[in-house]
Amino acid sequence: MGEKTPLYEWHKSAGAQVIDFGGWDMPVYYSTPIEEHECIRSSVGLFDVSHMGEIWIEGKDALAVVQKAVSRDISKTAVGKMDLCVMCNEQGGIMDDLTVYKFSEEKMLLVVNAGTAGKDFAQLEGIAKGTGANVKLSNKTMETGKIDVQGQKAEEVLQKLTKIELGKIGFYRFKEGKVNDKEAIVSRSGYTGEDGFEIYCLWKDTQEIWERLIEAGAEAGIKPCGLGARDMLRLESGYMLYGNDIDEEHTPYEGVYGWVVDLNKEDFVGRESLAGQREKGISKKLVGFEMKERGIARHGYKIFRGKEEIGEVTSGSFSPTLGKNIGMAYVGNEFKEIGTEIEVEIREQRVKAEVVKMPFYKRE
Amino acid sequence: MTEESKVLDDRKYTKEHEWVKIENGIGTIGISDYAQHALTDVVYAELPKEGEKVEAMGKLAVLESVKSVSDVYAPASGEVVEVNKALEETPGLINKSPFEEGWIAKIKVIDEAELDNLMGAEEYKKFLSEQEH
Repeated sequence: MGEKTPLYEWHKSAGAQVIDFGGWDMPVYYSTPIEEHECIRSSVGLFDVSHMGEIWIEGKDALAVVQKAVSRDISKTAVGKMDLCVMCNEQGGIMDDLTVYKFSEEKMLLVVNAGTAGKDFAQLEGIAKGTGANVKLSNKTMETGKIDVQGQKAEEVLQKLTKIELGKIGFYRFKEGKVNDKEAIVSRSGYTGEDGFEIYCLWKDTQEIWERLIEAGAEAGIKPCGLGARDMLRLESGYMLYGNDIDEEHTPYEGVYGWVVDLNKEDFVGRESLAGQREKGISKKLVGFEMKERGIARHGYKIFRGKEEIGEVTSGSFSPTLGKNIGMAYVGNEFKEIGTEIEVEIREQRVKAEVVKMPFYKRE
Repeated sequence: MTEESKVLDDRKYTKEHEWVKIENGIGTIGISDYAQHALTDVVYAELPKEGEKVEAMGKLAVLESVKSVSDVYAPASGEVVEVNKALEETPGLINKSPFEEGWIAKIKVIDEAELDNLMGAEEYKKFLSEQEH
């Protein structure tokens, strides 16, 4: 039995199928993954993502510790903005991908993956101790509920429950205020490729906010959505899933996260290795592909070109939006060009695929 | 999903949730309503080839849902005489109509006595109720 979010009982009574995800019992679907996927792409849906980790860092040296921990230059980030980053190990391997919410130079919220929250916290603590930094670190994962409202009608629905002027929150910006009269942080962001918001609230308020959102969205056809839909949505949008597409064995340059690495920043963990890789170049690259013959590529399947094994699938799925089977894979650098024909080995059969541009889907 | 799965009386069932319906020595095979529910959206069907020989409880087909890959077993030994080509384009027929439009393959059954080992509708309903507890 894993950890349970404050909505666990609600999910069970709504008929959700529950699976283990990063040590948490999470809903994978309520109706079906495809129905829920359609709901997000065409209207609005809700995700319980209270399993995500929330690490707060406060104090005089908060910025210095974050700067040392993450790849991106957060000194350039405006207050009230959030940034997508990676945290690397000394070898430049990705320990986690995360978002940093900048409340001030002395107060930041790091939103991290559920399965990696423990090691992320230890890494931050190690940096703080090693540098004698004056900061207070707190892991508030078990006190913080998180609800994502995603889809083109997300603003309309959420606005019914809050006085925060949502229309004034730009992409990847956030505001503190009240949702359903309860303290909350609301950012315009998400993991689906649609417009939408991520709401952070107190653990104890999560179910009430969730239920009010379900009511407020009834007319718009809101649905609770599970991880099955979420995985297809994020894959179509070219977003990384930690542990599948990125891990400590791969660097940001090998993946799609080169743009969040700021080598001009004087020092951060992994900088030297990454600078070296930048100079020497990479030997493999994460690419998107589309199946040209029937078959679905899955995590761990091998990629070939003729007799040569050239890579491995990291994610693969049917894409309801495109009506095609798509995936991502690390391939040798010489095979990364768009249009390259590759073959995926599925149950001992070679199935044709082609390297295509990511993201697979981009909203208009 | 606590609603009861549909079970039809005119066919037999395996413990792996396949059904088979025999007419004139030809067995039509599919998966049960319970099975399609458990799989959720079927997004890919790998069908056997016509003329292929299959053995009782040997692999007949592969169904993939959004999250899983599952084998479908042949309820009886025989030769594949027809496959449901519509599933190649529309695998979701298995969810929509598991007992009719979503059939998977037809086999010429070698020994109908093999089917005596399978469950009838009543027995299968009982089996399902035990599964859910």
